[in-house]
Amino acid sequence: MEWINAILQGTLLGGLYALFAAGLSLIFGVMRLVNIAHGDLIVLAAYLGLTTTVMLGLHPLVALIVVVPAMAGIGYVLQRAVLNQTLGDDILPPLLVTFGLSVIIQNALLEGYSADPQKLDAGALETASIALGPLAVGVLPLLTFAIAVAVVAGLQWTFYRTALGRAFRAVSDNQDIAQLMGLNKRHVFGQAMALALAVTAVAGLLLGIRTSFDPSIGGGRLIFGFEAVIIGGLGNLWGTLAGGIILGVAQTLGAAINPGWQLLAGHLAFLIVLAVRPNGLFPRISG
Amino acid sequence: MPEPILNISKLEAFYGDFQALYGLDLTVDEGEVLAIIGANGAGKTTLLRSIAGLMRNGPDQIRYRNQPIGALRADQVAARGLALVPEGRQLFPSLSVEENLIIGGRVGRKGPWSLSKVYELFPILDERKHQASTSLSGGQQQMVAIGRALMSNPDLILFDEISLGLAPIIIKDIYDALPGIVGGGMSAVIVEQDVTKALAVSSRVYCLQDGRVSLEGASSTVSREDISRAYFGIE
Repeated sequence: MEWINAILQGTLLGGLYALFAAGLSLIFGVMRLVNIAHGDLIVLAAYLGLTTTVMLGLHPLVALIVVVPAMAGIGYVLQRAVLNQTLGDDILPPLLVTFGLSVIIQNALLEGYSADPQKLDAGALETASIALGPLAVGVLPLLTFAIAVAVVAGLQWTFYRTALGRAFRAVSDNQDIAQLMGLNKRHVFGQAMALALAVTAVAGLLLGIRTSFDPSIGGGRLIFGFEAVIIGGLGNLWGTLAGGIILGVAQTLGAAINPGWQLLAGHLAFLIVLAVRPNGLFPRISG
Repeated sequence: MPEPILNISKLEAFYGDFQALYGLDLTVDEGEVLAIIGANGAGKTTLLRSIAGLMRNGPDQIRYRNQPIGALRADQVAARGLALVPEGRQLFPSLSVEENLIIGGRVGRKGPWSLSKVYELFPILDERKHQASTSLSGGQQQMVAIGRALMSNPDLILFDEISLGLAPIIIKDIYDALPGIVGGGMSAVIVEQDVTKALAVSSRVYCLQDGRVSLEGASSTVSREDISRAYFGIE
């Protein structure tokens, strides 16, 4: 029963990792940008959530109404003002600039909020659980997982059923020709980053409710997001969800064997997938 | 005298240190079909890319309806009513046939062309509209590329090597469709390797050689000798 419990908890944890990864996957898919600052942007969203809940006295989940549009706005401005300038044939400038951005965000948060661990207070939601036979399942992990599924489904729908998604795919295919169709790629990239950081806002708030956070933890979230994307296969959002689940399950199983093995087991699962299926488990089927 | 819709003067274009066009002058009259011929590397594609806004130039080097467009981005040029059918078709592989056409209409200009009109012109596309664009034959892909450009309801359409890599029978089909496209008063510039074909469909012709205009004249009156001299630079 202990093992089933570990697998269940790991699956639900995987939902959170999929939320870390979805924005990363979207950005890479649309503009081939590897965003090293992604983890720090998740932490930034958590801090924005903290400020919103403290100042307005809102429940952290209600604070989404403020934090999601705020992060989307930051994403659009960041893309138009900074990141668009780095995109080109050379893949190095975006890596360097987002790495610099990561350092800047970490230090700005340190300056603004200090290094003390913080936590979002979600009240009774944090400890509520429902009995599933002999197992007790936390409402918050269950909710996180449901939100992750909804976000991935929503992104998938946006990508394949809307004009915005068509623009994303067209610009991703061929920037010059998309421009001929009247699509300004700089604006489309801005929209993609806005959408990615809106997802990041959701991930950041759920992270902040689940665990305590401080300005230094962004790097770790970036790694989990990366691993989920790579395990699932680049450019496949449902694959990213599956990747998150595999990572989550590996971590909780590792922890069930020995509490010190949680992170190690996750990285090992990642390495094994990388060795056996370098393109991930569900790479995008190219047409 | 019809008014020129496009006026190019002293156009220069560069790829890094390499100069591709040297002070090129060219006009397209309202409603005419203009052919541009020339050897590989003469600057034909560079000229079309410059007009379409994929290469930035001096604002006044390219004037469209008497407005400077030389320094505009491709999306801004497209919004003014210019469309390019690029060399090699260059469809969006992630988009279905119909999505490729829809995205062509994104510019949102009013006019006679719509999805149903394009399907009327190329009925095979209606049958294949839900397929991936990459699953079509070369000729069908060219039809999608032409339809995609028409969807923006352009006043001036630029064709870059529409017969390149296609079977002769398909090329004939495409050219047979041309009067139905440009008949409605649309102006067209056709870049074509096949000189006979180019002369047959156009009213005027320019020959480019090493980034300069080496010959200009009415398609019906230019002689073969003039063309070979202008084409190869043999005196």
